Amino acid sequence: MSIFEAILLTVITASTPLVIAALGELVAERSGVLNLGVEGMMIMGAVAAFAGAQMSGSPYVGIVCGIAAGALFSLLFAFLTLTLVANQVATGLALTLLGLGASGMLGEAYVSVPGIRLGEIVIPGLSDLPVIGHVLFRQDLIFYLSIALVVGVSWFLFRSRAGLKLRAIGDSHGSAHALGIQVIRTRYLAVMFGGACAGLAGAQLSLVYTPQWAENMSAGRGWITLALVVFASWRPWRVLAGGYLFGAVTILQLHAQAFGLGIPSQFLSMLPYAATIVVLIIISHNRRTTLINTPASLGKAFVPER
Amino acid sequence: MKKFAFTLAASAAAVIGISSAAQAADKTKVCFVYVGSHTDGGYSQAHDLGRQQVQAEFGDKIDTPYLENVPEGPDAERAIERLARSGCKLIFTTSFGFMDATVKVAAKFPKVKFEHGTGYKSGPNLATYNSRFYEGRYILGQIAAKTSKNHGAAYIASFPIPEVVMGINSFEQGAKSVDPSFKLKVIWVNTWFDPGKEADAAKAMVDQGVDVLTQHTDTTAPMQVAEERGIHAFGQASDMIAAGPKAQMTAIVDTWGTYYSKRVHALLDGTWKSEQSWDGLKDGILKMAPYTNMPDDVKKMAEETEAKIKSGELHPFTGPINKQDGTPWLKAGEKADDGTLLGMNFYVEGVDDKLPAQ
Repeated sequence: MSIFEAILLTVITASTPLVIAALGELVAERSGVLNLGVEGMMIMGAVAAFAGAQMSGSPYVGIVCGIAAGALFSLLFAFLTLTLVANQVATGLALTLLGLGASGMLGEAYVSVPGIRLGEIVIPGLSDLPVIGHVLFRQDLIFYLSIALVVGVSWFLFRSRAGLKLRAIGDSHGSAHALGIQVIRTRYLAVMFGGACAGLAGAQLSLVYTPQWAENMSAGRGWITLALVVFASWRPWRVLAGGYLFGAVTILQLHAQAFGLGIPSQFLSMLPYAATIVVLIIISHNRRTTLINTPASLGKAFVPER
Repeated sequence: MKKFAFTLAASAAAVIGISSAAQAADKTKVCFVYVGSHTDGGYSQAHDLGRQQVQAEFGDKIDTPYLENVPEGPDAERAIERLARSGCKLIFTTSFGFMDATVKVAAKFPKVKFEHGTGYKSGPNLATYNSRFYEGRYILGQIAAKTSKNHGAAYIASFPIPEVVMGINSFEQGAKSVDPSFKLKVIWVNTWFDPGKEADAAKAMVDQGVDVLTQHTDTTAPMQVAEERGIHAFGQASDMIAAGPKAQMTAIVDTWGTYYSKRVHALLDGTWKSEQSWDGLKDGILKMAPYTNMPDDVKKMAEETEAKIKSGELHPFTGPINKQDGTPWLKAGEKADDGTLLGMNFYVEGVDDKLPAQ
């Protein structure tokens, strides 16, 4: 395997959780809900996936547990913010703190336990292609899922009737309600989809990225995905591109150090955030793109008139 | 986080409890602050094993609450102050980054005794303690130089603080003593604890052809990568053999318990004084994990070096040593003094890296 392939492989491993969690958050935000609890849902997914894999002996059961844990945990957020109309920002932050703490407690028995790695699925024929064969067609299930999710979410949001309704709610929940669209129910589903994705991203951390459980092992990746959604200006394919860009920067800065290029590692670690700020400036500068892309009701509570 | 919250709540309860209940006074409270989780498999776990040893030894006489996952910075100051208020008689803050916070709180609570691990600032009620990790890292360097097929190793480094720079230099000194053409590559990850990033760094190094890894970060992720990729590595702070049964050649193991026990004795006897303790292999505060996965002659060399360091015959920083740019640092036979080591901010000749600006 050439060094180029080796780098691509590590970039994919580093980018996949970012892409998956960001896609989930994108759907929630498109419905108008700002959930800052991605980090908490991700770490809950990581611990549940690890525990599930240990108890059953199968990493695939682990994946299911991770997804379920993320979705259930996000249900708590949905109940607080959508039913009880709690502040979304504060509730999201609390969800992150709760998740970090609770996962540490639940995972205590799994510290230093050797993990179970999710195996590769080799796609016959395609995996023999030069360079990309090994990189793209000899991957674990979660990678294939991440690509399917990008295609699926993109189709859902922009080509399906339900997606149109979801975006309508995100842009103006009042009007959507007036048209008879189920605002609260749709938002519940969107938030839970986001939680399931964050849980799946967490499962990737504890089953593929580093098959082990360590407290706080998400290490801020949930926050990166929040920046990524903005960076992608709420577009699924841009989430894919941005996720790979963020992942590539992380990996390349490590290689740059090893090659002895004199770029400070801190500078390169900062780049994803700097890029996000630049994108924010650009999209807020151009009012038309802002209006097209940013869900206008994002973060606003919806209280139906009764 | 959980323990953090629990212990904070417990401490708050204790403040109220102590003033009213008399029986709370018979147990002396000795408290600990960790930067990571007490089960991180690395640095903080090593401190916690020390705490458990002390608790077992003194039994009912002492109580040893601890705070874990305390971030270095303003939160650390609040956490330490909370402990001081809650009736702790002796507080061990175990990470370099807690230094300034400990100094501040110690000044506010002259009756409470403080000990800061791996720092250099002390006071009348603030002692410092450290372990001569570099002695172990010299042995690691020698083993690396003997076992690497490409005359080089990679050092996964956290932050450019003196402790880490000293470790890199000592590793390089040990390696050079065996193989003068040895090159040590340093890769900075700017974190103590991020399994993903540590693993990425390890993978990047292996992809570039490195066949021996050493780490100065706290998780077992690099060891796990070494195991998967079929190369060798050294554990840090704790014996990491479970994560790398075929990969780990040895580990430098922190055994703080002996020191903690000595200091708790002094506290209970009333003989506690502010000191600056810096022990090493000889005193058993630092131990080498069993030498495995290496040829017998390398094992023999490592054991001999360990014995020489213990007897004082060998000091890893004995001249002639040049700084990285070739300017002389130590003359032939001259040994580095502790002050220079503790403030080390330059590389020795042979390290293949540029020190990040500090």
